[in-house]
Amino acid sequence: MAFPHRPDAPELPDFSMLKRLARDQLIYLLEQQHEVDKLYKVENKPALSSNEQLCFLVRPRIKNMRYIANLVNADKLAGRTRKYKVIFSPQKFYACEMVLEEEGIYGDVSCDEWAFSLLPLDVDLLSMELPEFFRDYFLEGDQRWTNTVAQALHLLSTLYGSFLNCYGVGRCARMSYELWRKLEEEEDSETKGRKPEIGHIFLLDRDMDFVTALCSQVVYEGLVDDTFRIKCGSVDFGPEVTSSDKSLKVLLNTEDKVFNEIRNEHFSNVFGFLSQKARNLQAQYDRRRGMDIKQMKNFVSQELKGLKQEHRLLSLHIGACESIMKKKTKQDFQELIKTEHALLEGFNIRESTNYIEEHIDRQVSPIESLRLMCLLSITENGLIPKDYRSLKTQYLQSYGPEHLLTFSNLRRAGLLTEQAPGDTLTAVESKVSKLVTDKAAGKITDAFSSLAKRSNFRAISKKLNLIPRVDGEYDLKVPRDMAYVFSGAYVPLSCRIIEQVLERRSWQGLDEVVRLLNCSEFAFTDMTKEDKTSSESLRLILVVFLGGCTFSEISALRFLGKEKGYRFIFLTTAITNSARLMEAMSEVKV
Amino acid sequence: MDCYTANWNPLGDSAFYRKYELYSMDWDLKEELRDCLVAAAPYGGPIALLRNPWRKEKAASVRPVLEIYSASGMPLASLLWKSGPVVSLGWSAEEELLCVQEDGAVLVYGLHGDFRRHFSMGNEVLQNRVLDARIFHTEFGSGVAILTGAHRFTLSANVGDLKLRRMPEVPGLQSAPSCWTTLCQDRVAHILLAVGPDLYLLDHATCSAVTPPGLAPGVSSFLQMAVSFTYRHLALFTDTGYIWMGTASLKEKLCEFNCNIRAPPKQMVWCSRPRSKERAVVVAWERLMMVVGDAPESIQFVLDEDSYLVPELDGVRIFSRSTHEFLHEVPVASEEIFKIASMAPGALLLEAQKEYEKESQKADEYLREIQELGQLTQAVQQCIEAAGHEHRPDMQKSLLRAASFGKCFLDRFPPDSFVHMCQDLRVLNAVRDYHIGIPLTYSQYKQLTIQVLLDRLVLRRLYPLAIQICEYLRLPEVQGVSRILAHWACYKVQQKDVSDEDVARAINQKLGDTPGVSYSDIAARAYGCGRTELAIKLLEYEPRSGEQVPLLLKMKRSKLALSKAIESGDTDLGEQSLVFTVLLHLKNELNRGDFFMTLRNQPMALSLYRQFCKHQELETLKDLYNQDDNHQELGSFHIQASYAPGERIEGRVAALQTAADAFYKAKNEFAAKATEDQMRLLRLQRRLEDELGGQFLDLSLHDTVTTLILSGHNKRAEQLARDFRIPDKRLWWLKLTALADLEDWEELEKFSKSKKSPIGYLPFVEICMKQHNKYEAKKYASRVGPEQKVKALLLVGDVAQAADVAIEHRNEAELSLVLSHCTGATDGATADKIQRARAQAQKK
Repeated sequence: MAFPHRPDAPELPDFSMLKRLARDQLIYLLEQQHEVDKLYKVENKPALSSNEQLCFLVRPRIKNMRYIANLVNADKLAGRTRKYKVIFSPQKFYACEMVLEEEGIYGDVSCDEWAFSLLPLDVDLLSMELPEFFRDYFLEGDQRWTNTVAQALHLLSTLYGSFLNCYGVGRCARMSYELWRKLEEEEDSETKGRKPEIGHIFLLDRDMDFVTALCSQVVYEGLVDDTFRIKCGSVDFGPEVTSSDKSLKVLLNTEDKVFNEIRNEHFSNVFGFLSQKARNLQAQYDRRRGMDIKQMKNFVSQELKGLKQEHRLLSLHIGACESIMKKKTKQDFQELIKTEHALLEGFNIRESTNYIEEHIDRQVSPIESLRLMCLLSITENGLIPKDYRSLKTQYLQSYGPEHLLTFSNLRRAGLLTEQAPGDTLTAVESKVSKLVTDKAAGKITDAFSSLAKRSNFRAISKKLNLIPRVDGEYDLKVPRDMAYVFSGAYVPLSCRIIEQVLERRSWQGLDEVVRLLNCSEFAFTDMTKEDKTSSESLRLILVVFLGGCTFSEISALRFLGKEKGYRFIFLTTAITNSARLMEAMSEVKV
Repeated sequence: MDCYTANWNPLGDSAFYRKYELYSMDWDLKEELRDCLVAAAPYGGPIALLRNPWRKEKAASVRPVLEIYSASGMPLASLLWKSGPVVSLGWSAEEELLCVQEDGAVLVYGLHGDFRRHFSMGNEVLQNRVLDARIFHTEFGSGVAILTGAHRFTLSANVGDLKLRRMPEVPGLQSAPSCWTTLCQDRVAHILLAVGPDLYLLDHATCSAVTPPGLAPGVSSFLQMAVSFTYRHLALFTDTGYIWMGTASLKEKLCEFNCNIRAPPKQMVWCSRPRSKERAVVVAWERLMMVVGDAPESIQFVLDEDSYLVPELDGVRIFSRSTHEFLHEVPVASEEIFKIASMAPGALLLEAQKEYEKESQKADEYLREIQELGQLTQAVQQCIEAAGHEHRPDMQKSLLRAASFGKCFLDRFPPDSFVHMCQDLRVLNAVRDYHIGIPLTYSQYKQLTIQVLLDRLVLRRLYPLAIQICEYLRLPEVQGVSRILAHWACYKVQQKDVSDEDVARAINQKLGDTPGVSYSDIAARAYGCGRTELAIKLLEYEPRSGEQVPLLLKMKRSKLALSKAIESGDTDLGEQSLVFTVLLHLKNELNRGDFFMTLRNQPMALSLYRQFCKHQELETLKDLYNQDDNHQELGSFHIQASYAPGERIEGRVAALQTAADAFYKAKNEFAAKATEDQMRLLRLQRRLEDELGGQFLDLSLHDTVTTLILSGHNKRAEQLARDFRIPDKRLWWLKLTALADLEDWEELEKFSKSKKSPIGYLPFVEICMKQHNKYEAKKYASRVGPEQKVKALLLVGDVAQAADVAIEHRNEAELSLVLSHCTGATDGATADKIQRARAQAQKK
């Protein structure tokens, strides 16, 4: 379903401008400034180029600096002089310059910045392509990237007009927002006169909702990402998909007509859709028969190319589906999904814990096991001490002792924690909240959350009604709500928050939820009084995910947009999924 | 109005020159002007005087006094000259006084006699001494040209960005040139010099002889040369009393004049107006001044006193002991209006307005006359323009009144020109005031721009006037009032007799939150004056905390700087670089302990620094954790170290031991135990490698056991499992998988019978099927417990039996599962059977 938008849905802004801007700047930097003629990938091996000048286009990471420093110093030893240029993207960090200085090559290189921070992956999706943001901010406490986010927002507001209503939740959201405001104030009010195209902006920290990101994705685009890993909007389909001996790189966006129709679909519908499509296609081919020469000429010159293209795409996606099916059935996917749903709903915890233990014992996959452990921990407000120990021990025995460090990371990030003794009251608490009024429950919850930073998932889930009551079968073909992205079992928390705030145009009445999210200080609203703008722009909403978002979330919000006549635009630091999240937290052997 | 043109002097047929008094000077000059080095800045700038004791053979024991006056003769500064002999004085475009000393050093003073800096014109100049020097202005700034004792020229086109250029030698030059000047063509400075009857032009590389076209014969020497304000024209005065006037490129002659005075003139300057066709040169001797141009007659003035000429953009200023006058060509508009018996529309309009005031009907006649000719617009414009060129306010008023009167009879006359002229004249009259003493003409003011004028007022510390002008002209705050207030504040902090408190308060009161004012700049100035405390107080007012940091660092208030830098983190963009800068400073400034203590109170900085250390300075990181008693992180650190590449096994075990100790201290017994297990495992793996060969190091425990089983060391595997207390479930899974991998079905069966399986028998079926051994799988399917029986049977492909079991269980879910496995014709019967069973169940 290529969500046919309501006829009154607003037009999307033209993001190709961003691409052009970035391209022109890069071309300028490379040609005008540095006269670059050939590009190499920065890898940890000596550069073989014999050119007089080397130009590095890098992320501002210390590792990259050391690579450059080694190279320059090696040249120096060999008595070779060349010119070195480092172009940082999206911006230069002082620490990098400091490393260059400490390595004694600061004088030998000249630095530049390529302020390319927004890559339009699709008509409604902008990515900053900063996967490191997640670890840097949420684990290491490094706040430098917030600056980049603010700059990106500034660029958007300069190009497409200032945002009228701003909402956000999370510490990083607030910081980025304030930085951005500061930037806007410093700049002359030239943009103020522009008619804003984007009505609302919503900033959300990833740590507000780890649960959604940790779930297995069952929407087609999410599944493709989980299975094949989509990189910068394109995916490498291996020989098993292309049914030839070559891999094929395929761009996945709205341009791909077939993909566009199935990307937001629950996987169970995709096969049916594709076969229907195949039949239609065949029918179109079949029209050839009984054509006279002239009609045939027309057919060949006008339709055939399109049909062939569609045919090619269709066979690719069918191949991808088969491949996904094969992989998923092998790992007993149904069992896995069942466990996940049990965790989300909070029943049969013991059984789920056993399942996870078996998962570890069988060495199914280190990342998958870790993901399940985290999901258990977050939904249950931490593991009970006995499980915490035994699961970790099992994990270390299965996947290697170095993961001791991984556990330390996960604990720091709040992804895998141990229930504090007081937390055993959780069960009581949830019972109490059923009995007494909401207000009293809030107070009790407050008292608990003061003990430790906790996810409070169960309480939030109840408050926001994340687990839909199912009467009979959930018809995945005709979704009722956003829960369809998780087979009707769970409405993504992040999307629900956005839905609620947009509905109320503020956080009013959500105090409870905000408190449960442990971020009373970091939820904000900023509205412009005057309602002079067209109602069209007010229904265009920019959602900013700090720390990454999943395709499931995007699909869910696209669905919401269709229902309510909104158009969502997504800005994320990177596209993420459960595996990327876990890998970011893993300590791999050096 | 006849008397109004009394001071007009005609030169030729087409032009008038007039001279009027700007100020009567009551400066109390101790010396005659002729005994002094004199420098007057253009655009009504200040005048500097330095009695020149070095020229005469008088006793040099008396130190001369350097005096600076405003153009109206108000003393601005007076100081004893303590340095070496001065050859020449001159003002730069920024109104800084450049004093060129004999040794080539140039001392720079401010308007108020404050010493700014000095620079040298190079070694060559130092050796050969300075014979003569000129300060000249180009579009880049102000330049200095020097003639040395060796008759060579050195020049710098911009003293702000000092680049010395030594000009090429003039061949055969034995004595000093009789006269010389700097020219500026195509943005390059040249020197034109006269030696006897010859003229030479020097540029950076070459020296070329030049001849002015149409020069009268019989010239044996040039006595004086003058170049116009815009470097476009050149005048030469020869020893025959002949004056040649032409373009500075020496390509074209404009006119010539013979004044029959052979004595060398004291000064010769151009007097012309921009966009005027008239060219005239003012030549001054001791007691005579002459204006000569393209006319057979000249205008002559007698000089009563020692006078000094200052060329301006649109005329010449002449000052002496008692007066300060301005001589210029009468502008066209004024000429049209005031010329005797003029019938120009402007003149008629002025007349009409006068008659109107007298309530005479003539007013109407005049007005009609203009209107009939359709020249009223032109008349108004003329009056407005002429008003601009009048010095006396009463004349300005009467002309503007006439313009305003004429405007009444015009339908759509745009008011801008009138309004702007009124505003400009108010500003001009204000700055021309005696107390201010900047006698700018309208043309000069337009050339200078209001911004520069404001700068000059600020330079003279005339802050209130400058602010009034800004407010009057409604200039945007950032370029207007705020800028001036900031300047005022910078001046204020230099008042050492006022206490820090008072200064800070006074500044904050006046400046408040005026946009565009940078408190940090003011604070920097205060620090420059040695007032650190004041600087810190002022910084408190700086709203952008990031701006405070660099100065705080400079003042060695690093800790304060750090907290400010971090504070700015939420708001300022320079945040991370700032924090880093401060950290680096602190690191160098404090000893390690103090540094770490400081960091501890700043979690943001700490995390930044940690990240940096992680990549750059591992040892520091360890010290940091040590200092903090952060045993958890310390443990992690050592674990990380145990994986360092190239580390030997002993080293790794040692690192792990340290880590375990740290974990115990951190009360993290789990991690400590896990680490100890890892140590044991490492040692064991090492032994296994030694004894059995193969690769064991760095395998997980599970993989180690699996490897042992796969290589047939079952005993060892058992031992290991016991030692490390591997749970039964895991062991069963492990063995099952390993044996199946080995396809050792016999052993597997033995194993399955060794005791009751803790993981049931379904996994056995699964694993066998995975190895495609249906035969073995079936063996175990029979042993699977009832709940999983259906699944197991389906796995081995026995649909019919599965259906039987499901029916027996009367389990709806199992029935559907079996049904979904029924494919095609072969299982048709089974499917029917299930449907029947279902129907039966429903009946009941």
